[in-house]
Amino acid sequence: MSWSTVADWAAAVLLLAGALLTLVAGVGVLRFPDLLSRMHAGAKPQVLGLVLMLTAEALRARSWPILGMLVVVVIFQFLTVPVAAHMVGRAGYRSDQIRRDLLVVDEMARDEAAAEAAAVAVARRDAGPGGTTPLAAGPRDRGQDPVEDQGPARDVPQ
Amino acid sequence: MTVVYLICAGLLCLAAVLAVVRAERGPSMLNRAVSLDVFATVVVGGIALEAAWSRRLDTLPILVAMSMVGFISSTVIARFASVEPESERRIRTLEEVAAEDARRRAEEEAADEAKRHAASLEAASSIAGALAVVDPTGAEPAAVEPAAEPERPGSEEDR
Repeated sequence: MSWSTVADWAAAVLLLAGALLTLVAGVGVLRFPDLLSRMHAGAKPQVLGLVLMLTAEALRARSWPILGMLVVVVIFQFLTVPVAAHMVGRAGYRSDQIRRDLLVVDEMARDEAAAEAAAVAVARRDAGPGGTTPLAAGPRDRGQDPVEDQGPARDVPQ
Repeated sequence: MTVVYLICAGLLCLAAVLAVVRAERGPSMLNRAVSLDVFATVVVGGIALEAAWSRRLDTLPILVAMSMVGFISSTVIARFASVEPESERRIRTLEEVAAEDARRRAEEEAADEAKRHAASLEAASSIAGALAVVDPTGAEPAAVEPAAEPERPGSEEDR
């Protein structure tokens, strides 16, 4: 039993595991009840499955330049999939497309409330005594402009 | 060994079908973005599987490119298009599409009819206006024309 046979069988096992994890991702995306859990299914087992399959491909090819390219693919997956999942989850939260009854913990609501309170406090201080400046501390626009919405959150005292 | 590759291909096909079913069901654009992300990764996995089976190396740049740009679609959807009207959260049935088409066609025809009506009204009013302009000076052309008429034969004779 030579090393190449061992590598081929290891590649076969890894391919099988990777395909199974991808199937798990597909089942999760189809069966899970709401956007956040579907996003979880589409982001985590799927990436692990792809990494396993690319490892198998590297074991089959057995050449350094190919290994370099596959490492690049894996790095890009690790960089980009969390970005996409984060953006999708945030947009889903802001546009109320999630099921709040399924949430175990909702840190975002607490942070939003704290940020709003801080914005109110800052506006009150800026307006000074007797000042009746109409302040922008009303209810936030969910899903309208998530990036700019993050502004006051930095002022929150922990 | 080939059996293992065939099993893997079957699993990947099943995963792709499940992702497409979720993309069809929705129920919102973000869900579809997630499921199409899964589909794209299944495609990348399939290319990797084929490359591992045939030991070919020329398809690897496809893997690099797809893993680089695959996340853009869902990011853009999440950033710009996440707010959508309730009525667009599912794919409409044929009857609904036909009803919508008929309604839009009726609207367009009504608009055309109104435009035509307005155009004919305008034409009528412009004719009436022209008549009104001509009318007060109606005596003048009548006075000029007899004077002009004797000259015309003369000018024609000159040529």
